[in-house]
Amino acid sequence: MEFQFQFDWQAAIDSIPFLLKGIPYTLMISFGGLAIGFLLGILFGLLSINKKWFLRWPATAYIEIFRGTPILVQVLFIFYGLPDLIGGPIDPLTAGIAAIALNSGAYISEVVRGGVQSIDKGQTEAGLSLGLSRTQTFWSIIWPQAFRRMIPPLGNQAIVSIKDTSLFSVIGVGELVRQGQVYIANTFTAFEVYFVVAVLYLAITLSLSLILRLIERRGLASV
Amino acid sequence: MTHIVEMKGMNKYFGKLHVLKEIDLTVESGEVVVIIGASGSGKSTLIRCVNGLEEYESGKLVVDGHPLAPKGGNQKALSDIRKEVGMVFQQFNLFPHLTVKKNIMLAPMKVKNTSQVIANATAERLLNRVGIGNQADKYPSHLSGGQQQRVAIARALAMEPRLLLFDEPTSALDPEMIGEVLDVMRELAREGMTMMVVTHEMGFAREVADRVIYIHEGEIVEQGKPDDVFDNPQNERTQAFLSRVLAH
Repeated sequence: MEFQFQFDWQAAIDSIPFLLKGIPYTLMISFGGLAIGFLLGILFGLLSINKKWFLRWPATAYIEIFRGTPILVQVLFIFYGLPDLIGGPIDPLTAGIAAIALNSGAYISEVVRGGVQSIDKGQTEAGLSLGLSRTQTFWSIIWPQAFRRMIPPLGNQAIVSIKDTSLFSVIGVGELVRQGQVYIANTFTAFEVYFVVAVLYLAITLSLSLILRLIERRGLASV
Repeated sequence: MTHIVEMKGMNKYFGKLHVLKEIDLTVESGEVVVIIGASGSGKSTLIRCVNGLEEYESGKLVVDGHPLAPKGGNQKALSDIRKEVGMVFQQFNLFPHLTVKKNIMLAPMKVKNTSQVIANATAERLLNRVGIGNQADKYPSHLSGGQQQRVAIARALAMEPRLLLFDEPTSALDPEMIGEVLDVMRELAREGMTMMVVTHEMGFAREVADRVIYIHEGEIVEQGKPDDVFDNPQNERTQAFLSRVLAH
């Protein structure tokens, strides 16, 4: 029997409106999670370089745990495991945002640590010698310089996290991949639909790359 | 005259290494003290103790009436001292993310709550004074080394310090730029600024210093008027050091 496959453009185009319904969820989980992850990253990144061991140690533990376990396990744990602990269900959207937040937070902590540690010690000494407090020195001298260096790795993490949300189809949140699966269940046009899904992810990540490149160029212009 | 700096029996260690040994030193208001010695002799460490960038282990240190206890002292003393003591570094340490003018305005506005208008006027006045009034809105990376170091001096002056510390201010400069920085320092000395200067510029030391101090392996081996120390050193280690640095 001869086998012939034809890419059905009409099927691909027909699937778009349904798939687009997944985009708000993908974006909400990605950027909601990343926003919280960024705050967690600043907090734990700075704690992880604190001189006091009782601040540094828990931060390091958090970073190692969430970098060292798969995000799929993390989201399953939050969605199926945590309700037993807190005695009530967690909706899939919240679970997804929490998983991205905790996971990206661990990676962003390392980005923050690296960025801050890359700034020359002389900058701190200059600030202190002028009479600024340690806190003033950090926020008006070290952080602005460190943040600029953090932009490329932060962009990288954002792209990774956006793609990670595709795994959350397993907890039934209606993001892009989940929409695709539901659509295919009725039409059996897997090739066309996953192709469109891939293109939609690419559209999101490419737009982000472009925006980041513009920010980077503007940020570096002055240094 | 009043003591601006008073050190008594000061000792400092880096781990097991004894870098400052029983230092006794007083600096009077208006005095220019130049500290010379081989690299690793502890001369930079000595002036870095004055504003608490280095802690010391034992002895006594009083800066402009504020006692700074061993092992870091207390935060209040540290911040009081740093408001009154400026420092100029070998590597300039300008803030690369701020314009030249903002570099100078930052500390008065943050530490003394000086208004933006006054801080701006002060910055412009100081930049003119160090001869680079036309570079105010550039970023440090667009300036030559000599210009950057003059900005660093202006930045320290903006806090109206009672004492200025210079940690090898010309060592990172191309030879043709050393003169413009030394000129500014010479001018400050003439105006009566109290200065402690660590340098390898022996010509500057001889000309500007009220007192020259020679440090060898963490000890003050010899001190006196520049002509006495340079022309008639008493200690044999001073003699050996000077014959090495003045030979060429």
